[in-house]
Amino acid sequence: MSVCTLRIDDQDVAIAAGSTVLQAIRSAAIAVPTLCHLDGLSPVGACRLCLVEVEGSERLLAACVTTVQDGMRIHTNSSRLQEMRRTLIELLFSEGNHICAICVANGQCELQDLAVRVGMDHSRFSYRYPNRCVDLSHPQFGLDHNRCILCTRCVRVCDEVEGAHVWDVGWRGEHCQIISGLAEPWGAVEACTNCGKCIEVCPTGALFHKGEGTDEKHGHPGRLAALVQGRSRQELEP
Amino acid sequence: MSAAKPRKRLATVWLAGCSGCHMSFLDLDEWLLELAQHADIVYSPVASDQKRYPPAVDIALVEGGVANSDNLALLKTVRANTKVLVSFGDCAIHANIPGMRNMLQGADPVLRRAYLDLADSSAQLPHAPGLIPELLDQVLPVHELVPVDVYLPGCPPSADRIRTVLEALLQDRRPDLSRAGEIRFG
Ligand code: SF4
Ligand code: SF4
Ligand code: SF4
Ligand code: FES
Repeated sequence: MSVCTLRIDDQDVAIAAGSTVLQAIRSAAIAVPTLCHLDGLSPVGACRLCLVEVEGSERLLAACVTTVQDGMRIHTNSSRLQEMRRTLIELLFSEGNHICAICVANGQCELQDLAVRVGMDHSRFSYRYPNRCVDLSHPQFGLDHNRCILCTRCVRVCDEVEGAHVWDVGWRGEHCQIISGLAEPWGAVEACTNCGKCIEVCPTGALFHKGEGTDEKHGHPGRLAALVQGRSRQELEP
Repeated sequence: MSAAKPRKRLATVWLAGCSGCHMSFLDLDEWLLELAQHADIVYSPVASDQKRYPPAVDIALVEGGVANSDNLALLKTVRANTKVLVSFGDCAIHANIPGMRNMLQGADPVLRRAYLDLADSSAQLPHAPGLIPELLDQVLPVHELVPVDVYLPGCPPSADRIRTVLEALLQDRRPDLSRAGEIRFG
């Protein structure tokens, strides 16, 4: 196995060739925020929170979808990146309808946590107040599009891990949204096995168990990695 | 010997919010006594009988978004007469629950929904110019209308968080809530 050596901020890091820059960053215990990334799912580079500066590259690169190269010099925390991350979080808040005070995920939400982390005490962008709906057609679960940030974790977990492929991304631009089946009500999609994995990995309060009130949703995105690892070692039945 | 510090003139203001931020202010409990040693509360729905916003206020905690013409007029008076304006709580900072009516896109659909569609009997739009303040089309955060000096998020912000801000401002320091991670919405 060949090894790449790179410099991240002021640390030298050695990591197996083929790893992602995000894996290298994490192996050096450097904190870079992520949102769409989840260990156990394929990376998509949807949220852009993990952008880093790579010397010699004009563009900022998303660490979760960039493969390490020998000799790379990476900066993870410049003031430009800090400003960009805060801007991204403000845009996510202003794009949907996020009223944390009455949200199922209040206190347990990765987006809310990130707002604290990037220092967002207010949004410099006016909120859009889009007209979005809530799908309560499933007997056990609900999807509130107002809180969805289109990270596609649900799409990937249902396809890659559960193998049911209930979810997709439909439409374009401001109308872009997560759809179930062929844009049918979730409850009408027979492929859904009611496994609840999408609820567990959803970073926000968009997907939830019916009956959960304000502050009552507890997602478990961390469990997925253990499940996927167990399966790959055939410790667990798929 | 330096002269004793002059007492601060403190105001608290209630716009379109549920008054929960003010309840949290009252949760300062015995620290309110200490506050009273360093500041005069010159205007407040919970701690003063003053009806008109006075001049030369040092610190104002402004709860609530701006939902109607009265809110807007008061906010402008507050800004013109206050040194440090604190956007106090989630409603002031991003309109929060009162702002959910913005999803209906305009004052007219909101009034129709509330007073006509959902009326049991005698459906009628309220109309009393000069008596009932006109709804603005959107409930707006304070900082979109006037400059804000300090943001104090939370629904409501805890009494501890309020105290951190007031203690700093009473000593002419700018509180740094974001560094302390004390800026969570909700
Ligand atoms: S999903 Fe997260 S950020 Fe959005 S309202 Fe709920 S707690 Fe707040
Ligand atoms: S409950 Fe399971 S099968 Fe149903 S949509 Fe969610 S992940 Fe897919
Ligand atoms: S429903 Fe949740 S997991 Fe799915 S895209 Fe939206 S925020 Fe991500
Ligand atoms: S975590 Fe890399 S783009 Fe979302």
